[in-house]
Amino acid sequence: MKLNRVTALVAILSLLAAGIAFAGKDLDAVKKKGFIQAGVNGGVFGFGMPDEKGVWKGLDVDTARAVAAAVFGDASKIKYVPLTAQQRFTALQSGEIDLLTRNATRTLSRDTQLGLNFVTVNYYDGQGFLVPKKLGITSAKELGGATVCVLPGTTTEQNAADFFRTNKMDWKPVVIESTSELAKTFFAGRCDVLTSDASQLAGTRAIAPNPKDYVILPEIISKEPLAPAVRHGDDQWRDIVDFSVLAMINAEELGITSENVDEMLKSSDPTVQRFLGVIEGNGSALGLDEKWAYNIIKQVGNYGEVFERNVGVNTTLGLERGLNALWTNGGLMYSPPFK
Amino acid sequence: MNAPPKKPSREFLKPPVTEVGVLGWLHSNLFNTWYNSLLTVVVLLMLWQLVPPLFGWAFVDSVWNSPAEACRDIEGACWSVIPQNISFIVFGFFPDGHQWRPGIAMLLLLGLVIFSKDSRHWKKSLAVYWLVGLVTMGILMYGGLFGLLVVDTDQWSGLPLTFMLALFGMVAGYPLGVLLALGRRSRMPAIKTLCVVYIEMIRGVPLISLLFMSSVMFPLFLPEGVTFDKVLRAQVAIILFTAAYIAEVVRGGLQAMPRGQFEAAESLGLNYNQTMRLIILPQALKIVIPPSLGILLSTFKDTSLVVIIALYDVLKTTKVTLSNPKWTGFSTEAYIFLAVFYFICCYAMSNYSRKLEKALHTGR
Amino acid sequence: MTSKPSIVADTEYQPSAVPFWRDPDKRAIVFQVVALLLVAFVSYYLFSNTQANLERQSIATGFGFLGKEAGFEIGESLIAYSAADRYVDALLVGALNTIKVSFIGIVFTIVLGTLVGIARLSSNWLVAKLAGSYIELMQNIPVLLQLFFWYAIFYESFPSPRQALNPFAGVFLCNRGLIFAVPETHAAHATMGWAFAAALVIGWGLHRWGNRRQARTGQIFPSIRVSMALCIFLPFLVWVFAGTPTAMDVPELQGFNFKGGVTVSPEFSALLLGLVFYTAAFVAEIVRAGIQSVGRGQVEAAMAIGLLPGQVLHLVILPQALRVIIPPLTSQMLNLTKNSSLAIAIGYADFVAVTNTTINQTGQAIEGVALIMLVYLFFSLSMSLFMNWYNKKMALVER
Repeated sequence: MKLNRVTALVAILSLLAAGIAFAGKDLDAVKKKGFIQAGVNGGVFGFGMPDEKGVWKGLDVDTARAVAAAVFGDASKIKYVPLTAQQRFTALQSGEIDLLTRNATRTLSRDTQLGLNFVTVNYYDGQGFLVPKKLGITSAKELGGATVCVLPGTTTEQNAADFFRTNKMDWKPVVIESTSELAKTFFAGRCDVLTSDASQLAGTRAIAPNPKDYVILPEIISKEPLAPAVRHGDDQWRDIVDFSVLAMINAEELGITSENVDEMLKSSDPTVQRFLGVIEGNGSALGLDEKWAYNIIKQVGNYGEVFERNVGVNTTLGLERGLNALWTNGGLMYSPPFK
Repeated sequence: MNAPPKKPSREFLKPPVTEVGVLGWLHSNLFNTWYNSLLTVVVLLMLWQLVPPLFGWAFVDSVWNSPAEACRDIEGACWSVIPQNISFIVFGFFPDGHQWRPGIAMLLLLGLVIFSKDSRHWKKSLAVYWLVGLVTMGILMYGGLFGLLVVDTDQWSGLPLTFMLALFGMVAGYPLGVLLALGRRSRMPAIKTLCVVYIEMIRGVPLISLLFMSSVMFPLFLPEGVTFDKVLRAQVAIILFTAAYIAEVVRGGLQAMPRGQFEAAESLGLNYNQTMRLIILPQALKIVIPPSLGILLSTFKDTSLVVIIALYDVLKTTKVTLSNPKWTGFSTEAYIFLAVFYFICCYAMSNYSRKLEKALHTGR
Repeated sequence: MTSKPSIVADTEYQPSAVPFWRDPDKRAIVFQVVALLLVAFVSYYLFSNTQANLERQSIATGFGFLGKEAGFEIGESLIAYSAADRYVDALLVGALNTIKVSFIGIVFTIVLGTLVGIARLSSNWLVAKLAGSYIELMQNIPVLLQLFFWYAIFYESFPSPRQALNPFAGVFLCNRGLIFAVPETHAAHATMGWAFAAALVIGWGLHRWGNRRQARTGQIFPSIRVSMALCIFLPFLVWVFAGTPTAMDVPELQGFNFKGGVTVSPEFSALLLGLVFYTAAFVAEIVRAGIQSVGRGQVEAAMAIGLLPGQVLHLVILPQALRVIIPPLTSQMLNLTKNSSLAIAIGYADFVAVTNTTINQTGQAIEGVALIMLVYLFFSLSMSLFMNWYNKKMALVER
């Protein structure tokens, strides 16, 4: 009897202990754990969502995989923590996750008041409007009196409020927490307009029963630089995350892909050699294996590949590169030199 | 009924044909007064309007297992959304190829539940079976032993998560609830006040606020660098919530104990612990078994709320499936499927609780 | 010692010699002090951790954010509100929306629950079985799932505003909700409201007077019927004197949406339907149990002393059944109010949803969750106070 109770107590305590994780500096803690805990969205197709088999897919997911490849040489060493908009920042602040890649817009107040550090933008977005063609609307300025579907608690909601206020138009918001539910209600006609980041609008239109029935209005009413974030306090970890994103951009610029990366190892170009760790130095500077960039490109791909795979023109989303093209192609994707 | 009486020793007058058989039943149950007849006709008309189209939608014009594209051109229900995604809906992120493990664990749980239903099995050995069963389930789910792949709790999702949250909510909530109930009945004012405040506070707020607390506030309560698993935090919230309700149920049982029982125990020289452990609680807890099952039932239903804090219970995995562009628009079918699942589980439980109530009642 | 054992025993047997851990009273004090210290320590520990965490991460604290501009719109509101208003206004809108859906939900639940509870006891087999199936079905499906289901029905099955169903003149049903005509605002409406209130007061006075007269003289005064007539007649009189204003505010399709009239949104309707259907199943069981708790003999005895069927119901069955019904009914009403917090899942702007948005915008989770808890505790405690008062009032006066 006594023994039973003691056993039970021990069992309970060990269960609890299994759930508690102690952490020191972020990078050390991550290395000791042997995996990265990445906060992801869980409901945005093309950015972060599990497929039918429960495998995580998306641009944000691939960003996290790139960091894992850099740190561990294995892109699969990740635990995904799906988060709501409400939880995402607390989860990062409290150390529940090491890295937040959940299409979060970088803003001044978030960077300062919430104790976060955003790194290089992995997707430049802007807020737009999606309307059914049959309404015959050509400009967002004609939306007075409309019912608008919008995600609550996001910058999107505030931007919409600002936009309608500035243009002195009435509107009625319909707010639903999940992106997919919101899209469903919009198609069913619960609202006249759907407002969201343009990438998501395209995605939403792509999954419409009849995509040709919907148009995205020309106005982009906000800037939405979506970037991964880490918490204040460990600059080395921040650098690693930052340069993992940049490595993907740089690789595209250098013409290195997951397919040709092995050949590129033999390249005589010192820029490529330095990038792939043939000439050593970058890795040790970051506190990583010299092969870190090679591992990212080999296992995840360069930014162009990741983009095309998840959201590009040949996917359901069918997005153009636009602002997210390399700077050499008129976009904003620009990496500092890797030396 | 038309067979002649076996012993025709006496003349029996047969009852009129409208009082026996089908007609009699119809007359006495459906058409016994004018307004009952009217009611019957109205209800039948309504059913006639509703049932055939529903039946057609669900069974005639429907498809049962087809690719998503085939669903777009049909009038009826697209049940395909379930079989085509069943492994994600049921097992969530549990790694492919290892899904037999949660499958067996759930069968084990089902077996244990069915075994425990029979009150003849309520012995000490039952506790041992449960302990062994739970450990086995734990090993099956977590792995690590016997060459099983380690699967961390963050990959436990879908149905196993739903069951886990409900089961541990009850198992851990029960002792806590009993302690709280004893505390509330205590003669020590400070203890009593603490328990009353806890119970009333928890019962006064919606579960969702506790889940919010577990998901966004709790991490801030802990010292720097210490974190709890998200699932575990939600589990703790559910336990704390359930305990308060259990406490009220158990208090009911304690109050139902006649004063004489306490006095008799005291006169035997038993101290408080002995009185409670040997005399009062065994009786009180027996009375409250049926209402406790009621709490278990609502805990089970309430686990669906973790959807709101992005835990992947069976409702969330279903919703994720529905956000896949291929399967958008078949929410009614998927929700009906889930409703049937919840209904079967809960109905079995409530039915059992009612039977038990009767059985225990006659036993006293 | 061994020589005089009895005396030694006597001297040792003194109450003062009992060590304090054997004295239940002192032990109780020790227990309580330890328990209080423990609670205080844990609270302090959590508090100091929180303090340190907030400071380290430079997260803003305090309720200062309440006075800042909210910056988000709310779909439906009982009071005037725009994105330019403060957070505290937004929260007030949310709280009012919670009260609105709970109040209307409670009224409908009681009506539906009573109907189903009575139907459950009907002698009509079909009706009784239907009511029984309804109760089983609704009780055994999580309310959240029901909400999702109703909401999906609303936006997937109803037509767009341009093809709105128009079952009666002035009433439209579409995926923007139920829109219906209401009388245009007129100065007489306020006066009519006062007239109604006056009728209620007069009715109450009549009832008391009637009861006293009945106790004194045995004469019955039909106070209920008179009061009901007054409640209709007085406002009507005011309306006639105001010149019978009949102008209606009829909804019209303008641009995207209907203008004018009153709109009941799909979110509100889905939440209301889900909550009412779910809770009514529990209320039906309570009502059934209440009615069954009144013994057959009571009814027979009442009829034997010559009471009319209406009087039997009013004077014998109801007072006894209500004593059984009211306490669990109150807790169901409270459950409905708490469950209304699930509004967040289907986009109705209740208090929790608005607070949630506020948390997202300001990042101040602790204050937000604390507000949610406080508001619901306030609802619950007021309900408990009412219950205690009611229980005292209804307690059997034993003779």
